[in-house]
Parts: sequence; C-alpha cells; structure tokens
Amino acid sequence: MRILRYVRIDPDTVRLDGVPVPVTGRGLELLSELYRNRVKDYPKFFKMDLLCKLGFIAAELLVGDEPDRFVPREDRAVLLVSRTGPLCDDRNYQKTIAEDAYFPSPALFVYTLANIVTGEIAIRNKYEGDTTAYGFPSFSAGMLVSVVKVAFTDRVTTSALCGWVEAPDSDHFEAILMLVDDTEGDGMEFNPENILKIKLNQR
Amino acid sequence: MNRKRVIATGCNIVSPLGFTAEENFQAALSGRSGVTTHTGTFGIPEPFGASLFDRSVISGPDGGSHCLFESILLLSIRDAVLRAGIDPASPRVAFVISSIKGNVEVMDADEAAVPVSVTAARIAAFFNNPNPPLVVSNACISGLTALIHAGRMLQGGRYDHIVVAGAEVQSRFIVSGFLSLKAVSPLPCKPFDAGRSGLNLGEAAATMVISAVDTCPDDAWELVDGTTRNDANHISGPSRTGEGSYKALRYVLASCRPEELAFVNVHGTSTLYNDEMESIALHRAGLSEVPVNALKGIFGHTMGAAGILESVVSMQAADAGVVLATKGFGQTGVSCPVNVCAGNRPACGRAFIKLLSGFGGCNAAMLFRKGGAQ
Repeated sequence: MRILRYVRIDPDTVRLDGVPVPVTGRGLELLSELYRNRVKDYPKFFKMDLLCKLGFIAAELLVGDEPDRFVPREDRAVLLVSRTGPLCDDRNYQKTIAEDAYFPSPALFVYTLANIVTGEIAIRNKYEGDTTAYGFPSFSAGMLVSVVKVAFTDRVTTSALCGWVEAPDSDHFEAILMLVDDTEGDGMEFNPENILKIKLNQR
Repeated sequence: MNRKRVIATGCNIVSPLGFTAEENFQAALSGRSGVTTHTGTFGIPEPFGASLFDRSVISGPDGGSHCLFESILLLSIRDAVLRAGIDPASPRVAFVISSIKGNVEVMDADEAAVPVSVTAARIAAFFNNPNPPLVVSNACISGLTALIHAGRMLQGGRYDHIVVAGAEVQSRFIVSGFLSLKAVSPLPCKPFDAGRSGLNLGEAAATMVISAVDTCPDDAWELVDGTTRNDANHISGPSRTGEGSYKALRYVLASCRPEELAFVNVHGTSTLYNDEMESIALHRAGLSEVPVNALKGIFGHTMGAAGILESVVSMQAADAGVVLATKGFGQTGVSCPVNVCAGNRPACGRAFIKLLSGFGGCNAAMLFRKGGAQ
C-alpha cells in the first residue's frame, strides 16, 4: 500500500505533501482561512463542529484537485481514528441542557457522534464506500496501519482517506490525513515509520 | 494457506430484560418488552419511551467501583468469555469495543472519563489483556461495524479470538438530543407500522466472542461476510433510495442465495424515514419476499450495543427455528412491499442477515450462517 498524498494540520502549521502551506491565523481561524482560500463554496462548513471542520479541511487539501471528483464511487473508504472524538462538541451540547436553561440543540447534538466527520467527507465527495470512525487509547502509527490494512480487505475498497483526527479544543488539534491506495511500487510506503515522519513534520 | 473462518464461540446480553443471552432471548420470544414511558427521568421535561436499567440492581463484578457503563460491559464480557472458554489475558486475544456516547453521563463531573477509548483501556486492563483495545464509534451501526472489523482481523491470522462488546447507557445528554431531533416516541414503538411515530431508546451491553477456525463446526454460527457503506447523502437523514443499505445488502448477497435466508433482522427503529428507507433497500436487493423482523419494540434502540445484541438474539431465534415477532407492528406503513413478521413464525433456512443504518449516512450488513449449511 502506498501513501499518494498527505497533510498534517495543527493549530499553528499546515503541511501538504511535506510542503508548508502559508497561513496567518491560528486555531479555529486557521481552519477558516484554509476554507476561504481553498474551498469557498461549501457554507455547510460553518455549521460543523471543530472535529468535522478539521477532518473536512484536511480532506479538501488532499483531494480538492483530483480529476473526476464528485463522481459517486464505492471503492474509496473514509477511515478516521481519534482518541477523544467529538469531545469539544460534547461540551458545547452539554451547555444547552443545563438544569436552569434546557434548550437542547439538535444542530449541536448531531455532531456529538464520532463518525459525523466521516459522513461529512463522504457527502462532500460522493464516497459511497466504507466509512468508519475508530478510537484508540492514544496515538499509535502501528495500530493505525493495522486497522487500515484490515479495512482494506473489503472486496470493493481500493483507496482510502485515512488517518488521525484529534480535536479536544480549538487550541489543541491535529490531523494527519493520508490518501492511500492498495498498489505497490514507487512512492511512499504506507507504514508506521512514514506516518511518524509526517506527524513530526519530517516529511 | 486457506483463509480462516470466523465463528461465534461465546455470547452474552445484559439488558433490563435479563443478564444472559438466554434470558434475553426468552423475553423476546414471549414478547416481553423493557420499554415503558418515562416521565421526569434524567430531569427531562418531555415524556419518552425507553428500556432502562433499574440503577439500584446493577453493580460491577467487584462491587461499587465502576460506573454503570463499565459495569454492564464488564458483566457482559465476563459471561461471554467464560462461555467461550478463552483466556482473555492472552496476547492472541484482542478487544473491540463499540459505543456511541460511552460515559457521556459523567461529562460535568469527569470529562476525562468520557471518551470510549478511555473505558476500553480500563476494560482491557481489567481482563489483563496486553493489546491496545480498538473502539468503533459508527453511530447506530457501531456494533455491526465492530463485528465486521473484528472478523476481518481474525482472517488476518494475528489473533485467535476477539472479544467484541458493545454497550450504551442512556442519559440526559442522549435522550434530550434524540428528543430535540423529534425522533423519540413516548409510547412503545411500532416498527414498519402505518401508525409509527418514532423510536424508543434502550440500554444494554452485548458481547460476542469470535474465534478463528480452519473449518466451521456444524453447530457453530459463522460470521460469513459483512460490510459498511455510506449513503453520501445527509448526516442525519437516510437516503431516499436506500443507497448505502442496498449496497451493503448487495455485498453480502454475493455470499448467499436469498432462499437460504431464514430472515433479515433489520434496523426497524420505527421512525418514518428509517423504516421507509429500509423497505426500499430490501426491495432493490430482491429481498421483498424474505421474512423481516425488528427487535426495537422489545429492547428499544440500544445504539452501540444494537448490532451485537440483535445478532445474538437472531442466532438464538434461528437455532430455535423461529422468526421472532416485530413487536408493535400491525399494519404495513412503508411504500415498498416487505414481508414483516407480526407474530412469531417458523423459520426456514440456516442463515440470516443483520442490517443497520445510522447517522453520518452509514449502513452495515452482515451475513450469519449455521456451520456446514452451505
């Protein structure tokens, strides 16, 4: 399996295929800036919670210029791993159901489900294949590779947007998203060593 | 080398209706439901239908040191592991845990304990398992995606057994959320019925220990094939064409003939949109004639446990030669023809499909077959 493209985003830096992407804002503003510069025409972005914004923008950077994008396809999976999942939105929704101010927000509640980020990416790109949100006790490049390789035994899946999306609050988040496929050959092997290099901004 | 086969070797359900798979199956067989109308529970101002534990009777395996979510998971896993006769501390055993909201009821008191991955690590440590546990949180299909993924892990040969356990505990958080989406009925739900008006929530933990074998014994249930597919349509509404459910069904139908199927155990939440969507997906997959049932009228919607719980009950039903009734169903209220079982019926066939759908547009199907039947 090969890593075809990769991106890493944290509150201060963005690197696409190892090349720094210039940004001026930080945190949530950094994500909004990427939206304005790279997407522009998908206002649903502003309804999303932090985890979805992060995963969505990372996916946009990876596949935004892919040929035949938006043609429905079943062969591409979306496989995302997190530790705390939608904890940030859990906090926001919890505030709407306080004892003395009970006004539960359906718009916030929906995003408290860990897999909505995979659904948002699938909807945007018309990916009709496997979409799954996994949870790890902590980041592990080895376990990430194992999980994605297991998911690739699906008979239809030939490529995936996969990786780590962790966003406990707007000052602390990290996306390591990769476009991988099941071919062998030249390029970057999908293995723990390469994922760790991406994580450490060494690639 | 031949691909490993995957069979169920130990099952448990802990729900308000009982603490073993057998007790829960007997409840379903006799039509006994855990669903009642709750008024004021969790301090919620609207009434809602749900199957909830009596908090005073649940305690974990070593007394009071575990919260409800952990307690029911531990009780369920302990029983299933004993029945499977495996050593959960072996490095050849892994844990896969499914839940949607885990411990969210402790949000205000202990935010750090909320992520399901935190509970999963505590569960694996309780059983002295050396491998990091994997969590699957795929909305309402979590339990089935967990079984599908765990089955594929076994086929890879690295593990001999996987403990797949799912659980959901209801709370002010979850119930208020589903109420805000106008998805909950205060009265017992009526899957596929013309008068259906929403779902009931449910609490449960369910466990299936699955094991890798070279040949499937005659008396074992094999997890033959399964997949997860997305509608790519809407984050909280199902596809009008049943796209993801249809594609998931089509995938598993590559491994069986419809005539083999004793039944399809569907999601059947009793919301207007879900049941309608499933009827379209079943019709498109050529399954309009196959008996169909849903168990939400007995257990409520047990969310992260549902995929495992409903698969375990369905295995027992097929063993007993019965297609369980769809409690609450009377008159068909979906646009495509679908063979919904109103009462318990004799089952013909030694295979069944479990089908689920969830928010985020995800859908999953899994084919189960009694060993040696193909």
